[in-house]
Amino acid sequence: MNKPILQRARTEAETALIERFDQGDRRLVGATDLRAAAMQRFADAGLPNRRVEAWHYTDLRGAMRTAALARAPDTATLPLARQCLAKPLAQTNAHRFVIFNGAYNEELSSDGAPPAGVTVSSLASALAVGDADVLDVLKADTPGTGDAIVALNTALMQDGVVIRVAPGAKVERPLAILNLMTGGFAQAAFLRSILIVGAGASIMLDEATAVCMPDATQANEALTVVVGDGARVDYAAQVAEQGANSVALHSLFVTMGANAQFNGFCLVPTAGLVRRQIFARLEGEHSTISLGGLSLLRGKEHSDTTLVIDHAVPNCVSREFFRHILDHEATGVFQGKVVVRQHAQKTDGGMKSQALVLGEDASMNNKPELEIFADDVVCGHGATVGQLDKNQIFYLQARGLSRGEAESLLLEAFANEALDLVADEAVRARFAGQTDDWLAHRSGR
Amino acid sequence: MLEVKNLHVSVGGRKILDGLNLTVKDGEVAAIMGPNGTGKSTLSYVIAGREDYEVEEGEVLLDGVNILEMDATERANAGVFLAFQYPLEIPGVATMTFLKAALNAQARAKGQGELQTPEFMKKVREAAQKLGVAQDMLKRPLNVGFSGGEKKRMEILQMALLQPKIGILDETDSGLDIDALRIVADGVNALRAQDRSFLVITHYQRLLDYIKPDTVHVMARGKIARTGGPELALELEKSGYAAFTGEAA
Ligand SMILES: Nc1ncnc2c1ncn2[C@@H]1O[C@H](COP(=O)(O)OP(=O)(O)OP(=O)(O)O)[C@@H](O)[C@H]1O
Ligand SMILES: [Mg+2]
Repeated sequence: MNKPILQRARTEAETALIERFDQGDRRLVGATDLRAAAMQRFADAGLPNRRVEAWHYTDLRGAMRTAALARAPDTATLPLARQCLAKPLAQTNAHRFVIFNGAYNEELSSDGAPPAGVTVSSLASALAVGDADVLDVLKADTPGTGDAIVALNTALMQDGVVIRVAPGAKVERPLAILNLMTGGFAQAAFLRSILIVGAGASIMLDEATAVCMPDATQANEALTVVVGDGARVDYAAQVAEQGANSVALHSLFVTMGANAQFNGFCLVPTAGLVRRQIFARLEGEHSTISLGGLSLLRGKEHSDTTLVIDHAVPNCVSREFFRHILDHEATGVFQGKVVVRQHAQKTDGGMKSQALVLGEDASMNNKPELEIFADDVVCGHGATVGQLDKNQIFYLQARGLSRGEAESLLLEAFANEALDLVADEAVRARFAGQTDDWLAHRSGR
Repeated sequence: MLEVKNLHVSVGGRKILDGLNLTVKDGEVAAIMGPNGTGKSTLSYVIAGREDYEVEEGEVLLDGVNILEMDATERANAGVFLAFQYPLEIPGVATMTFLKAALNAQARAKGQGELQTPEFMKKVREAAQKLGVAQDMLKRPLNVGFSGGEKKRMEILQMALLQPKIGILDETDSGLDIDALRIVADGVNALRAQDRSFLVITHYQRLLDYIKPDTVHVMARGKIARTGGPELALELEKSGYAAFTGEAA
């Protein structure tokens, strides 16, 4: 175990998290050794701060002064939960798995069996019986294992959904995982979901995180997706609604076999403090991963997307395209690292981050990186930060549009170019609707 | 209709318009000609309400109201239309979406209800057909990848839909082929009316063969140096601007 070079006093939040683990929560079932080792990693590292390179722009130690506590699921708040679930969070025809205040909730989830070829259990029950597949996934040393937030998630994971898709199953009906935290009280949830997609199978997964999160709530969610040979996964995530001083942390792990495809997109139309980290590893040849995102931020909102793509084998393609619109005093962060190992020849990698900064006190932090050890690759990255074009605005105003309308039209166009990455029409329409709401709020329409 | 009185304008500390006076009557077509860099586009931008210009002195009156107090949107709604010398490309905004937004903005400004989609489509299709604008262009992002001539036609299409009080055409003829010039000129002529005036900025007599001006102004060194009838344009074709710029004098 690496000991920290500098011994710092633990913050109140760090102490609370470690104590909570040491006191033993009866809901933290199974994977005892794994949890203990992870907690040790967290205790050594502490909450991420600016000195940790991957967290340079998001000082969690500063932002998370106190640790909220996990609450027992509370049936009194079920009606409130149903209201929250009525929002457009996932495709209407999706088979939904709802995690409510830290626990998988059958009552709020879709009735009936999941689509053919899909088997489901809760993480808690999988851990209770020592499910070997699940433990293997959790034990795997993927990029990101060393991250303190991931360690904290592994140590304190309460529940989540484990979804297995049988080899060859072409699942038409989308699946959705919705993390709902409500009830009007501050709380914390540590959730881990796992999607294992068999060879040649295909599946669409929607995920909504931080749904109806009250003020000062903390969510630490992780999703591991194992994409089998020749399988295809379309993943669309959105951060739903976050109260003030809330923290929504999300780690996505993707490991890909050969000839596989993963398309992921995340909409962040609101944020307290949002950190989304993606750790992807291409382990089989001729696979393609495409990651995109659109963050719409105002006020003092903060959204950080940090990703690492590890090209471990030759002949794979990776694409990342992220856009931010930053109003008022909002902060956007994009850090992307594409690693191409020495033998990963013929890698084709392209990464782009583009931001429009509207507010005088808004800021965008971009850090794209390539670490290339192979010599026969095509990799590029670009990062731009700009403002709306004054001449375009004048042109539109000269045709009678108000300044607000002119700006909205240009912002919508900017957003749409990111949303174009979303392959599924219904998802794209849902995200476009949310973008429109955001713009309407901005221009006071 | 339009009165520009003693207009002094500078950009970044440099004087461009230097006490310019100009009157365009109701229903009049006035042409402005003048050497490169003399301030013709500047004048048109200042009338349309582009920011970044320092108006140091003077007035621009539209039907007696000083429009210099208004922003570009209000001026457009008051009936000012500028066909840009260099129309802007707006990536990601479909031409149809833009046209609808513009027409709806105008309808709202007039206190009318928004246009119904079928009615709007019909209007646009008819206008586009007259100006030889292909239907598929209307689906593309506004002006993106349009040829120079296509952009100019699109400007006139917008003018035809918005029916302004005063249309300012800043070198609308540049970039148009011979046939397109006639089509566009026909489009402008069809809009000529008792209560609609035009300010036609051009370098070439050819446009004025099609759009016959009532008056021709020569602009030089930031002001109107001479005003005459259509014959003045023909005279300029022969003798150039030397007499006005002072350089050859
Ligand atoms: N933003 C600006 N900053 C500095 N100078 C400017 C700016 N805009 C215009 N000018 C200058 O003002 C002068 C007038 O420009 P303008 O475009 O109005 O000329 P014009 O008469 O339309 O010329 P042309 O016939 O070439 O279109 C030019 O010398 C130009 O360089
Ligand atoms: Mg000009």
